[in-house]
Amino acid sequence: MIKTDLIIIGAGPCGLFTVFEAGLLKLKCHLVDVLPQAGGQLTEIYPKKPIYDIPGYPSILAGDLVKNLMEQIKPFEPSFTLGEKADSIEKTGDKEFTLTTDKGTQIQAPVIVIAGGLGVFTPRKPPLEGLEKFEDHGVDYMVKDPEKYRDKKIIIAGGGDSALDWTIELAEIAKHITLIHRRSTFRGALDSVDKVMELAQQGKIDLITEAQAIGVEGDSTLTHVKINQNTLGEKSIDVDYFIPLFGLTPKLGPIADWGLNIDRSAIEVDTLDYSTNVEGIYAIGDINTYEGKLKLILCGFHEATLMVQSAFKYIYPDQKLSFKYTTVTGVEGFTNG
Amino acid sequence: MAKETIQIKVKDRKGEEHHLEAPTDMNLNLMEVLKSYDFPIEGTCGGMALCASCHCYIRSDHQLKEASEDEEDMLDQAFFVEDNSRLTCQIKVSEELDNIELEIAPSSE
Repeated sequence: MIKTDLIIIGAGPCGLFTVFEAGLLKLKCHLVDVLPQAGGQLTEIYPKKPIYDIPGYPSILAGDLVKNLMEQIKPFEPSFTLGEKADSIEKTGDKEFTLTTDKGTQIQAPVIVIAGGLGVFTPRKPPLEGLEKFEDHGVDYMVKDPEKYRDKKIIIAGGGDSALDWTIELAEIAKHITLIHRRSTFRGALDSVDKVMELAQQGKIDLITEAQAIGVEGDSTLTHVKINQNTLGEKSIDVDYFIPLFGLTPKLGPIADWGLNIDRSAIEVDTLDYSTNVEGIYAIGDINTYEGKLKLILCGFHEATLMVQSAFKYIYPDQKLSFKYTTVTGVEGFTNG
Repeated sequence: MAKETIQIKVKDRKGEEHHLEAPTDMNLNLMEVLKSYDFPIEGTCGGMALCASCHCYIRSDHQLKEASEDEEDMLDQAFFVEDNSRLTCQIKVSEELDNIELEIAPSSE
């Protein structure tokens, strides 16, 4: 069991900066994020895009902002659980929550800070009728264990890196692979595109371009995927597995079931301290809502700063909190003793 | 004088038609207009052609600027993409768009 002062759900910019502000109050933080790396949307969606409204930076690449935040919080030694989804929370004592991830990791703390951005990044699912019925019965949205596909007939759909990479890797393992893609060009890395084209020319895979999946068929398990090719029309393909790889999209996820007041996929908070309706749980950044809310990183930083003051008073109601400037004492002055 | 407001016809995912108005002088794109009318368009990336959550079909014969390579790449992550598919965040509201007809594409669940 991991024990900390603040469990921060979401390792995006707001979650990361919370570590700094909490560190100034000697509060320890543990961050949980479903993505395998810190940075949230900045790393996952737009690492190479410039951001122009971070005070003091006329322009900074999203990826660099995350790198800088990681450096800024390093002295406070935050710990991370990455690649796991915050699944459930339980009140396990007076001022004690236990959070459990989808992989069973448990973390205990008096305060939970939800800095979940737009939600949990989950695979984008094609809106095909009956698709959900076949989840775990022939439809997979990610490849966890390539061996599962040994000697099986597979259809992979998509045109990005993951579709190309898995086509290449599974070509050696599967009995038969069909890759379908809506265009004749791919957006993936050039050498991957070349390799896929080579595999298709050698007859090792079936490459069907200008085509999309339009239906799934089967009784209890998937047996056929119906596709539509622009010139050849509709065709049903016999398969064991259908793997649609269309990137990730954020969804609110399990947070919706934690008894928090939610308005249009956002958590309602008191702007005094960004507390939610559940004592000990705060929400900051893009995931919260209040009158006048702006989804800006700089607003999230402000929210994080005020929030930790309130969290400190909640954890230590008898301790007097004296406010100090980092410029006077340096960050070392906050991390020592 | 330039037209200050244009008319937009939108068919939602239930097939219902709506008539919207949008100002041409506020530097808006069609995704922002749809969001402001509370259509269930996510616009997750804020308008950078990086999420495909504002996918619509252009149902009128307006001649629009061709989709950029970035937009095409992102459309690869959308579903039921047709020849007239566009990411509405990449289409600026302008006078030329008057009476444009859009249909919101199915969402990914």
